[in-house]
Amino acid sequence: MKDVIIGLFASAGYDRAAQGVAGAGRKLAAELGGKLHAVLLGVADEATKSAVASVVDVLTIADQAALQEYQTENYLSALAEICKAKQPAAVLLSNDTYSQELAPRLAHRLGGSAGADGLALSVVDGKVRVTRSVYGGKAMASIELKKSPAVVWLRSRAFDTAPARGTQAEISQATVELPAQLSATITERKVEAGDEARLEDAKIIVSGGRGLGGSEPFIELRKIADILGAQMGASRAACDSGWVPPSWQIGQTGKKVAPGLYIAVAIHGASQHLAGMSDSKCVAAINIDKDAPIFKHCRFGIVEDYRKVVPLLIERLKELKK
Amino acid sequence: MALNIIVCLKQILDPEIPVRDFRVDAEKKEAVRGSANLVTNIFCENALETALQLKEKVGGKITVISYGADSAEDSLRKALAMKADAAIHLLNEGNPHPDALTVAQTLAAAIRKQGEYDLVMVGRESGDWGVGQTGGLLAEELAIACVNFVDAITATDSGLTCNRQTDVGADTVVAKTPLVVTVTNNEFNVPRIPKTRDVMMSYRQPLTKWTIADLGLTPDEMNAGNSYYEVVDLYIPVKEINCEFAEGDTLEDRVDKFAQKIIEVTGTM
Ligand SMILES: Cc1cc2nc3c(=O)[nH]c(=O)nc-3n(C[C@H](O)[C@H](O)[C@H](O)COP(=O)(O)OP(=O)(O)OC[C@H]3O[C@@H](n4cnc5c(N)ncnc54)[C@H](O)[C@@H]3O)c2cc1C
Repeated sequence: MKDVIIGLFASAGYDRAAQGVAGAGRKLAAELGGKLHAVLLGVADEATKSAVASVVDVLTIADQAALQEYQTENYLSALAEICKAKQPAAVLLSNDTYSQELAPRLAHRLGGSAGADGLALSVVDGKVRVTRSVYGGKAMASIELKKSPAVVWLRSRAFDTAPARGTQAEISQATVELPAQLSATITERKVEAGDEARLEDAKIIVSGGRGLGGSEPFIELRKIADILGAQMGASRAACDSGWVPPSWQIGQTGKKVAPGLYIAVAIHGASQHLAGMSDSKCVAAINIDKDAPIFKHCRFGIVEDYRKVVPLLIERLKELKK
Repeated sequence: MALNIIVCLKQILDPEIPVRDFRVDAEKKEAVRGSANLVTNIFCENALETALQLKEKVGGKITVISYGADSAEDSLRKALAMKADAAIHLLNEGNPHPDALTVAQTLAAAIRKQGEYDLVMVGRESGDWGVGQTGGLLAEELAIACVNFVDAITATDSGLTCNRQTDVGADTVVAKTPLVVTVTNNEFNVPRIPKTRDVMMSYRQPLTKWTIADLGLTPDEMNAGNSYYEVVDLYIPVKEINCEFAEGDTLEDRVDKFAQKIIEVTGTM
């Protein structure tokens, strides 16, 4: 029981989240002295398969017809069956909706322990420890998962990507037994229009708050994001006001992000917002109020009305980017 | 279809307490209460609100259950004031920080003991430890289905239809009963504020109290220490961040400094 399994969804491809999970998995496997396995659920394209195969030691593909689309009980059964056979020390998942749904139930079926929203992993006396933020981001905790395997979902962006190995993984196909009938079935999937790559995976995020006063200023912020190759985010106040879609929301009840640079424009820095972004590597803010709590988390900032700053900033960034 | 609904409530330290007043006890590995209030976890209240609306449409009964210290009675009384029908307090004797599995096992035992049920609702996570596993573990303990991140439920003759929030939008999930759901917030399940009269009345309503032994669980086993996970360290991270404010005589100068910094940081990524 030294191996580490990463559970990936084919539908997501080998995205930044998967890369972070693989990176965390590689380090953990090295610490435990075991191999890194990937289980790819669903029908993956060749690019995804070969990308995953280049970073793990063993790749198991479970792509039978019933696994084409996520259904909780099917995915749970598949992962549980494959993991049972491999007896890993740890199973790592991303922090997307479905992984979070699966993790505790998988842990229960494997007789293991689950850990939430890991920002770092370590092994002490053979047991996996998860470092995570608690109390709405006000404190950090280190939690020892006492039963093996340790099933952990990770804030994927907080982990470096896995290095390529130079050799391809050993690949096998698994056909698993699935429940004859589902007790809960996803019958419709709505995708919000205009949703791009996952915000959780963004390198740079430009985020706007209630201080912007409406949806129009977000069009201006988008220009900054475009220059920097960034994605857009928002505080709950801006989402609740209907200025931007709910999927942009960052915070305790929104997305948990950890980009390299987070630019907060007219965001106050309420604890619930910080809970989603305080693990960003660098935070910068534009706010009219120098005492806004967001500045306590900033590496640099500017105290000024965004309406004056943003147009100049767009011009200046354009020049500097040339 | 009248529904027998169980809503699980957790009482937590008020998450609104200002950062400057927040302390942790590193020995006990818990937050110091100080002068902060204890409140019902907001997602649990979203769950109760969703339950109340569902009952208003299809009829049935709502039982609220809380596993916790004596003070958890306040959360249960508030739920009664919001018009839950019955309340059960699972007394937490000697295990101030039960792990997620202990909580799920205790709740599952109580849910079985109280009799028939169609739907069990829990908050998607708590505002203190934010573990987000109670629903999933509870479903496994009860051997029934679970749908996470639900923000609306409608009842049909064949079962329950849940709207589940996802990373990219929403799923419609059709489920048979009995079912566990974890509830998240939306603009329609903002918890109602109970009327003063109902708050007063709630203190006269009966409240069932069960001990671990009443549930047929051995107190020793449940209190022996947590076997699922253990908090080994709790601390407030020292973030020695001194914000460097863009300075300069003119606005242009300052924006220029700010822009330079952005380019500098993005250049190292
Ligand atoms: C259970 C619960 C969960 C929550 N979850 C989340 C969550 O996930 N994410 C989240 O963000 N919030 C969440 N909140 C809400 C949170 O408490 C705050 O209300 C919210 O984050 C405030 O958003 P804001 O900073 O954009 O707005 P405000 O607090 O209104 O702040 C606006 C800021 O803009 C500045 N400003 C105003 N005008 C200008 C200008 N012209 N130029 C520059 N700056 C200006 C102001 O100085 C101020 O700092 C949650 C709340 C609860 C109770």
